Order: sequence, then structure tokens, then C-alpha cells
Amino acid sequence: MKIYVKYFASVRDMMGKDSEDLEIESSTSANELWKSLTVDKKTPVRVLVAVNHEYVDKNFNLKDGDEIAFFPPVTGG
Amino acid sequence: MKIEIMNEKFDPWEALVDYKKNVLLNDSRIGATSVFVGTVRDFNDNEEVENMELEHYPGMTEKYLEDMVNSAIKKYNIIDGLVIHRVGLLEPTDPIVVVATWSEHRENAFNATRDIMEALKAQAPFWKKESTNNGFRWVKPSVEQEDTANEV
Repeated sequence: MKIYVKYFASVRDMMGKDSEDLEIESSTSANELWKSLTVDKKTPVRVLVAVNHEYVDKNFNLKDGDEIAFFPPVTGG
Repeated sequence: MKIEIMNEKFDPWEALVDYKKNVLLNDSRIGATSVFVGTVRDFNDNEEVENMELEHYPGMTEKYLEDMVNSAIKKYNIIDGLVIHRVGLLEPTDPIVVVATWSEHRENAFNATRDIMEALKAQAPFWKKESTNNGFRWVKPSVEQEDTANEV
């Protein structure tokens, strides 16, 4: 299935890109995807995940066409 | 309700006068207005801040801000709410955010403004990158807001 991945702030700096389209196996979880994308990277301790503009649990199972975003804790306001 | 992400410098007080004149139309139910304005400081974590780049997640930000104002409307029975937040390049003294709520009595407006602001700090997807004498750094959240949302 196809998904669209976005990275923000320090996570984007670490990944070296702001987005990518990926072909992944169906019912991959957010956490499994993150681990596979960062195998060769030293990842920050805290990374948040949102699917289709909503925070999700790390065990959330992705569906075809989902937009998933990885980013550090937020610092607005 | 008004939710707006601004790319350019704005005047929160002008925005409030404008909203009151053109949208609230001097609604006579309003007995209380509560306003919070956040501005850029020139000092953070013992370092001088020259300027700051603010980025956000378009789409998700607006959705969350709207949900926050709607929650406050329900919880405190407020009449209306407004959130305007800057993104882009900001300099010390520039306004970052204005949150305003209108209600019949002061307690609900005070509480609603605080709730919206705390929810914004904890969940709205914005990130600050400061430029200091030692280069750039991503701002880390303060400890009290570190127990929210979901991690991978």
C-alpha cells in the first residue's frame, strides 16, 4: 500500500528531507515504520506521530493512502 | 470563531478591535473579555536570542486550534473565541500568539483563555528555532508540558 510521510523541525533535519511517498506492507504500525526508516540513525528520545492530522498511538496500524507525520515535542505559543 | 496562522507581523490589539467590530458586532450578551498575548523575548536559557523561526504543520495546526476553541466553548459556555498565531521569521518584541475569549462572566473567560493557551502549548504542532550568538537551536519544551500526546 502507498503512504505519504512528513517530517518536521529537528526530525526533518535528521532525516534530511521533509516528505516522501512510500510503498509499505499493509497493516504496518506507526512504530514499525519509524524503526524501519531510522535503522541507521541515532534517533531523539521523544518523537510524536500523527496520522491524517491527528495524534495516534505508536501501535496505530496504517492504511492505504494515509499521511503520517513524525515530529519532536511541540513548542508553540 | 476565528483561527488564523499569520506569515507576516501582526498587531494583536488591532486584530481584536477588528473582530469585535466586524464579527461580534458589539454583542450585548458579552460581559467579559479575556486576552492572552505572547511575545518573543530576547533571552532564553541564558542566551541572547537574535531572532526566531517558527514553523507549523499546515492543516493539523488549524484543526487542533479549532478543536481547542470548541472544547472551551462547550466546557465554559463562552460566547466566542479567537486564536491568531505567527509562523515565519520573528524578532524580539514581535507578537507570537493572541488568544481571546468572550463570555457573560469573567470566570469563564479567564478559564477558557487559559485552557486554550495550555492546550496550544501542549498539542498544537508548532516548532521554534532560535538564532543565538552560538548559532541555531531547536527550542525544547518546558518540563511541565512534556507528558502529552503520543510517541513512537
